[in-house]
Amino acid sequence: MITFREAIKKALSDEMSLDSQVVLLGEDVGVYGGCFKVTGDLYKEHPNQVIDTPVSEEGFTGMAVGSAMMGMRPVVEIMYADFFTLIFDPIVNHAAKTHFMSGGQFCCPITVRLPEGSGTGHGAQHTQSPEALFQNSAGLKMVAPSCPSDAYHLLRASIRDNNPVLFFEHKMLYFVEGEISKEPLEIGKAKVLREGKDITIISYSRAVHTALETANLLEKDNIFATVIDLCTLKPLDCTTIRQEVKKTGRVAIIQDPNGVGGIGAQVCSEICSDMTTFKSLKSPVVQIGGKCTPVPFSKDLEKTTVPNALDCASKIATAIKA
Amino acid sequence: MLLWNLCRNPYKEPLKGTVLSAMNKESSLDILRLMLDSRFFEEKTEELFKAGLIHGTTHLANGQEAAQAGLCYALEDGDWIVPTHRCHGFTICRGSDPYAMFSEMFGSIHGLAKGLGGSMHMPDSSHWNLGSSAVVGSGVPLATGIAFWNKFQSVGNAGFATSSFANPKNYPQKPVKNISVAIFGDGASSRGSVHESMNLASIWKLPVLFYCENNQYGMSASSDKMISSSSVASRAMAYEMPGETIDGNDVLKVIAAVKKACSYIKAGHGPYLLEVMTYRTKGHSKSDRRLYRTEAEEKMWLDRDPIKLYEKKLVEEGLCTQEEIENLEIQRKEYIDQKAQKALLDSKDRLSECDVEEMVYATKEDRE
Repeated sequence: MITFREAIKKALSDEMSLDSQVVLLGEDVGVYGGCFKVTGDLYKEHPNQVIDTPVSEEGFTGMAVGSAMMGMRPVVEIMYADFFTLIFDPIVNHAAKTHFMSGGQFCCPITVRLPEGSGTGHGAQHTQSPEALFQNSAGLKMVAPSCPSDAYHLLRASIRDNNPVLFFEHKMLYFVEGEISKEPLEIGKAKVLREGKDITIISYSRAVHTALETANLLEKDNIFATVIDLCTLKPLDCTTIRQEVKKTGRVAIIQDPNGVGGIGAQVCSEICSDMTTFKSLKSPVVQIGGKCTPVPFSKDLEKTTVPNALDCASKIATAIKA
Repeated sequence: MLLWNLCRNPYKEPLKGTVLSAMNKESSLDILRLMLDSRFFEEKTEELFKAGLIHGTTHLANGQEAAQAGLCYALEDGDWIVPTHRCHGFTICRGSDPYAMFSEMFGSIHGLAKGLGGSMHMPDSSHWNLGSSAVVGSGVPLATGIAFWNKFQSVGNAGFATSSFANPKNYPQKPVKNISVAIFGDGASSRGSVHESMNLASIWKLPVLFYCENNQYGMSASSDKMISSSSVASRAMAYEMPGETIDGNDVLKVIAAVKKACSYIKAGHGPYLLEVMTYRTKGHSKSDRRLYRTEAEEKMWLDRDPIKLYEKKLVEEGLCTQEEIENLEIQRKEYIDQKAQKALLDSKDRLSECDVEEMVYATKEDRE
């Protein structure tokens, strides 16, 4: 058994052993061991490849973009995903457009690790899940694993990918344990975690655990649900999504961040814009997302900003019976 | 305010203390050729825009030829540049084919970026040109990244080490083979990305030349109104690197200063900030009516045209005759005209819509 946190470290370590051009840049990733203790003693195993930076997110991310264009495979750790605002320019205006705007002369294999999500009581500037804000930037890829095995394989795949990849790691998943599968998981492939005949629940990252719990609750009501873990948020695995929706004719999307212009909205669009999938629907798509407020500090209030399994099960059951 | 006074005052005295005496006829004409190619390229570009043959906008660098040609002339193979949006002169002087540059502006497949970039984006990996960022100041971290790569390849971790408790600032300085040049304007000197890059380059002693092409205006904003310090170069002190302001309209001074900076950087001492004072004699872009500056100021700088100054110097020093210069001008103008003509003839060759979509992502084969 290995934790989600250890899986990330193992992926970094294995890639660093394989390729001396893989480096990790970030604040306190060295002796300190990473703000969330993800890197630990990685600096001892790979003293040449773990590099502490000053508090200059825009500067060192831009620097990583330049080095990636030259042939390196840098991984950048942004301490809290909320600081994405500081790397928007190097990532969206530069990394994402490098291959295109150079007419294919350069590519930009940079991986950005973004610890995200609420539940830690860090307040509204340390608990966001910003994936929605990146999803319409052409040229980026985005992954958001929900278990240690996927974290391991997707991080390795992100580093090996010749494009910029945003790796969203939910902070509340760091303690989740699991085995690392021998089967690698590719970027762009969703996973069907369980199959049921009545409804297809689609989710990603921490909310996958809410989705699985929801499916268990629904079973008591004799409602059997398929659960899909998107794993990759961009490009979406539309084939798996549509195929599994068509089997049940009903769909619910559960995500932690608020639904406005979010990943769930995009999934819904991919379902509704495909004629055969749309025709297979017996009822409207159930969208369940977090509240559209900044995340409150207070522990009880913070909990209410993301969907819980009881609420999800009740909304889904109501929709099916309607 | 001494440096500002210096750059605001007309340079009436002849160019002194340059390295011309040490040069032969061939190399001195090479320098002139680079400046002429840049000038004729800009003039042709303006003509094509006025004729409605080029889409979009363009940023001409007339008047800045010494700053652009001088830098490129002084660099060696393997030294990378990251230019500004005003990139034609840098691109042509680094060795790119003007045909591919005109083709880029015509949006054809023969362009440096297959017509996907345009006037502001002319990357050319075969000539160590990363291409420009059109976000003012954002190319600077990229160039710092090239320096990081350069240092990482040549000396491994020395300078970055997390594993030891020693301060990387105190590590022995090892020579590096190549440098990168972060080119930026006076406008960009106020960007946080530029300051963050300078700090990063300084703590890790990265082989990067911060090259501030101070053409006096960020669009309409005069640099003496927008910059708190007496010069951009004086900011080098804050990052414990050398900083120097030089006359950017004297190509020989530019070459000498860049060579000096390069040898300092290549010895492993870390970054260097060079500010070259010049003037863009045209507007910011094609829509600029230049309401923010006086005709007298423009005339003062036109009188200090870097090409005319250099030509005068060549004749005075007896390195060539006026007739030879005129012949070279005719020859270079024809050369540029022919490149433009051919690019125009081929300008209908476009990437297909399908090809464009395929350019969004790199494939596995792009880098094994």
